[in-house]
Amino acid sequence: MRIAVCVKQVPDTEGRLRLAADGRWIDDEELQMVVNESDEYALEEALQIAERTGGEVVVFGLGPARVAEALRKCLALGAARAVHLLDDAFAGGDAMSTGRALAAAVAREEFDLVLTGSQSDDDGFGATGSVVAACLGWPHAWLVMGVEIEDGGTAKVTREMESGMNEVLRLRLPAVLEIQAGINNPRYASLKGIMQAKRKEIAAVAAADLGLDPGAVGAAGATLEVLSVAFPAAVGGAQMLEGDAATAAKALAEALQKEVGVI
Amino acid sequence: MAKVWIVVQHRDGKLHRMSREAVAAGQALAAALGGRGEAVLLGSGVDAVAAALAGYDLDAVHVADAPALADYTPGGYAGVLAAAVAAHGPSHLVFAHTYQSVEYMARLAHDVGGSLVPEIVSFEGDSEGIVWTRPVLGGKLTARVRATGPSPVLVSVQSGSFAADDAVAGSAEPCPLDASAAAVDREILGVEAAAEGEQIDLTAAEIIVAVGRGVGGADKMGAVEELAKALGAEIGASRPVIDGGWLERDRQIGSSGQTVAPKLYVALGISGAIQHLVGMKGSGTIVAINKDAGAPIFGVARYGIAGDLHEVVPELTAAILAAKEAAG
Repeated sequence: MRIAVCVKQVPDTEGRLRLAADGRWIDDEELQMVVNESDEYALEEALQIAERTGGEVVVFGLGPARVAEALRKCLALGAARAVHLLDDAFAGGDAMSTGRALAAAVAREEFDLVLTGSQSDDDGFGATGSVVAACLGWPHAWLVMGVEIEDGGTAKVTREMESGMNEVLRLRLPAVLEIQAGINNPRYASLKGIMQAKRKEIAAVAAADLGLDPGAVGAAGATLEVLSVAFPAAVGGAQMLEGDAATAAKALAEALQKEVGVI
Repeated sequence: MAKVWIVVQHRDGKLHRMSREAVAAGQALAAALGGRGEAVLLGSGVDAVAAALAGYDLDAVHVADAPALADYTPGGYAGVLAAAVAAHGPSHLVFAHTYQSVEYMARLAHDVGGSLVPEIVSFEGDSEGIVWTRPVLGGKLTARVRATGPSPVLVSVQSGSFAADDAVAGSAEPCPLDASAAAVDREILGVEAAAEGEQIDLTAAEIIVAVGRGVGGADKMGAVEELAKALGAEIGASRPVIDGGWLERDRQIGSSGQTVAPKLYVALGISGAIQHLVGMKGSGTIVAINKDAGAPIFGVARYGIAGDLHEVVPELTAAILAAKEAAG
């Protein structure tokens, strides 16, 4: 099974965020950049499928030079090689233009499966994999929680639904599977893997290499523009209990007793 | 000329709750653009749903009724809708932001050459058109965005953003929609519970102590269990805790887990991503303890403590036990 995995590099936003000077995104200069969470699960699933069926995992990433770090991490985890969509023309894209570029890069080779995460932790469109599928003309499934490759060119796929239920379905391959976080337990890179990754190939490709019109990729090909971002207005907002841990906890226990009546 | 289509989702002859919210959103959008909105229904044997939609103030209820649409499939739905868009030329397609619609709407946007704006929570009109608001970075920020690509614009409406009760009643005429372009691209084998074994029903709990990523690991759960015991609470969790294997999946609260509304909800180390909030914001009193004072969870909480939960929780347990003892 030959498997392409599309990963996105996103800022780690566990800490306190500051807005960028233009007010259209966060200031990510000092933030650590990481592989998007559900994409890590997608890579792990691809590696497991390749281990079971034989084959190769190739990882694709789009973005500036720093994205090579994310690709290198995927190589350390076991991907055979990487393709870096690296071109100023790709900047500022949305799911539509980024999906189109990724599909063009994937289409230069033969794959049985394309795996992506279900949703990015930054933009959260939940759509890039679906656009890749649409461009390739392949069937796809979103929020995948289980994959079983079957004889005869099909896959049995478990898909998350609302309210704690899963749907089980069968797709014809080749297909795009958008993997949900929690499907597996992603491995850690071994020292050997990290050493080997240094010798693995990261091939840079530009929009022209993919035969893509610069007007169809990046911000020019996007169908959505961010005007501004803001911290959400606190609707109502909590009454914050101040003081050290003991003082705040005591005030909370009193409120729960007197005003909520649950103690 | 604006023509707003509201594409609905249904099950067992009933409109999905979020589709009723989407009707309200679509009607409001149509009104802002100077129109009335039209519903689009896909399925097989869906007269009851069509009748329910006919009770709203809409210009039409387009019904694609065919055996190929008996089960939802992305290829079936996107195929029919792409042909319908080409035939009728809507300017906007409004969906509920559900596990079903989001799966195929991007593909449909690509196939019809339209624009995609997923997960909106509100919109406003200005001289240049519509500005949409949507959460980014897991709800830590909201973004104001504009569709810049070609028409139609496809949007999905996040749960709870519009009130189903605000949908305007009236009457609309059902009319058939060509379903011949349905291209079923998957075989449905069945539906099963995501968690194995006996399920814990958190919906019946009066008090829930819920933990998030901030709890730090399965080995840090001891103090949380003590607090739950002192309160007589069930323990729930947000998604990262379940994905990390710290608790079983039947403890998950949120859009992919259970939806709960206990009398008291104590959120520990939960930042408040919208996928979690939709599963618990109907709770009576929400209390949040989180080290990030800017976390969205404080926006829905009545009481908040910005601090390290590992320091606060043992103190809270002690204070609750002392209060209980004093109360006899």
